[in-house]
Amino acid sequence: MKRSDASSADRRGRRRFLKRASLGMATLGLVGCDRLSQNEQVVDTLDLAEQLNLRVQRFLAGERGLAPEYPTSMIDQTFRPNGSTDPQASRYRQLAAGQFRDWRLGINGLVDNPLSLSLDELRAMPARTQITRHDCVEGWSAIGQWRGPVLADLLDRAGVQSGARYVIFHCMDQLGGEDFYYESLDLSEARHPQTILAYSLNDAPLPIANGAPLRLRAERQLGYKMAKYLSSITLATDFDDIAGGKGGFWEDRGYTWYAGI
Amino acid sequence: MTDTLEQPRSRLKHRHRLPVRLWHWLNLWCLIVLLMSGLQIFNAHPALYWGSASNFDNPWLEMYAIRGTDGDIQGQTALGPWVFDTTGVLGYSSSNGQSTVRGFPDWLTLPSYQFLTMGRLWHFFFAWLFAGAGALFALYALFSGHLKRDLWLPASQWRGLGRDVLDHLRLRFHGTRGGYNGLQKLSYLGVLFVALPMMVVTGMCMSPTVNAAAPWLLDLLGGRQSARSIHFIIAGSLVLFVIIHLLMVILSGPIRQIRDMLTGGRCQTPAAETQRSAYHETK
Repeated sequence: MKRSDASSADRRGRRRFLKRASLGMATLGLVGCDRLSQNEQVVDTLDLAEQLNLRVQRFLAGERGLAPEYPTSMIDQTFRPNGSTDPQASRYRQLAAGQFRDWRLGINGLVDNPLSLSLDELRAMPARTQITRHDCVEGWSAIGQWRGPVLADLLDRAGVQSGARYVIFHCMDQLGGEDFYYESLDLSEARHPQTILAYSLNDAPLPIANGAPLRLRAERQLGYKMAKYLSSITLATDFDDIAGGKGGFWEDRGYTWYAGI
Repeated sequence: MTDTLEQPRSRLKHRHRLPVRLWHWLNLWCLIVLLMSGLQIFNAHPALYWGSASNFDNPWLEMYAIRGTDGDIQGQTALGPWVFDTTGVLGYSSSNGQSTVRGFPDWLTLPSYQFLTMGRLWHFFFAWLFAGAGALFALYALFSGHLKRDLWLPASQWRGLGRDVLDHLRLRFHGTRGGYNGLQKLSYLGVLFVALPMMVVTGMCMSPTVNAAAPWLLDLLGGRQSARSIHFIIAGSLVLFVIIHLLMVILSGPIRQIRDMLTGGRCQTPAAETQRSAYHETK
């Protein structure tokens, strides 16, 4: 309901992408079932399930239902990294070479007090420590201990304006070439008590492979939502004008915006 | 006019009632799409684990490709301590004339080419159809008397189960035109009230948001990776059920069986049926 027009526009865009991507593969010569995956009406219909998943799951879990947390004994020794594991963008290389001393997190857009915070300033904030399970859309899971400020505290400090509906996370890595990674959460998921910006994994500074210096943890979502290598956060009414317009790097490539299943 | 008068009687005589037939054929399509899109999703990470997280060094089932000693690429499937060469089917198979590293082969996945997000769209849409229709059918079975009348085993059938198993193994079938035999009822009950609901529950337990809604359900299943494994195993047992089901249809007069599941078919009158079962009891 919250995402009425913006969402239908970006879903239309995503369908166009899915169709294009499928048509690209049609040159391979495909069987009957594959033709359906390339039919816009078929994909439109299949897409209805995303809204149903979002509404039913939000209803079941509530705004504040907590993701399971695990004992220290269950922490995985190496937390499997995925997607970008060693960003090559020159700006990122420079910041990493300086131990991220010159890095700052910007919080801007529809806020009363735009912020620019250093790693030390973020470390000085009240932090939440949580041992949670990370579920990749591919099917595997890994357990790690994360620490960092609760996103809701940062949003309160910046003062979110009433028109804002989405929190958009901009990243410093270019997964697979040109496009910078980005992601988005709606305010309800962004204000969840377990949604934190982690600067630490398993009691050590966040490694580069896992998103140094700062990454998002949204524990009720799949891994692709949890943007790594954060550079700034924007509060906005929609994400139509950002990159492909579907609210995230993988969303622009056909994945559903709602990543709770 | 006579039609409306006749209706109650003719409906009584149907071997398969309308809700049974509708659900049967809808379910067939749901299960085909869910299986094939499910294998597409599985192929994104063709390995299974027990517990909450993935111990990447120790999956209980894994499909992958290796470079053999002779330089050829081989598809392998590792099940516990055993490793099988499954080149051409599992681990490494040809797709559109090109050999690729993939868990299940292209003729078993939807879409045939590797495209995880499209598999997920198919899977979740049909999961809703399947769960919705299944829940309605379970309610129908409970409240229409279908469960009690056609599916539940009377005492005599419970006692006769051993003989039923032996008869099935000898491929000796009684043409039970009136109702299902004991073993058949037991397998339908298992599918309807155990396997299908478990597919829904284990499927939902792979969702991190559902885990937040019902962490106890995840604990009950032994963690998310266990849920994924159980989901896969029950899917496999449903495939086995369908194979045996088809075999039984073929062995017991396929034309009549399929026609009856389409049109409803005709039952023998209750009197004749009682006589027949009495005949079986005394035989």
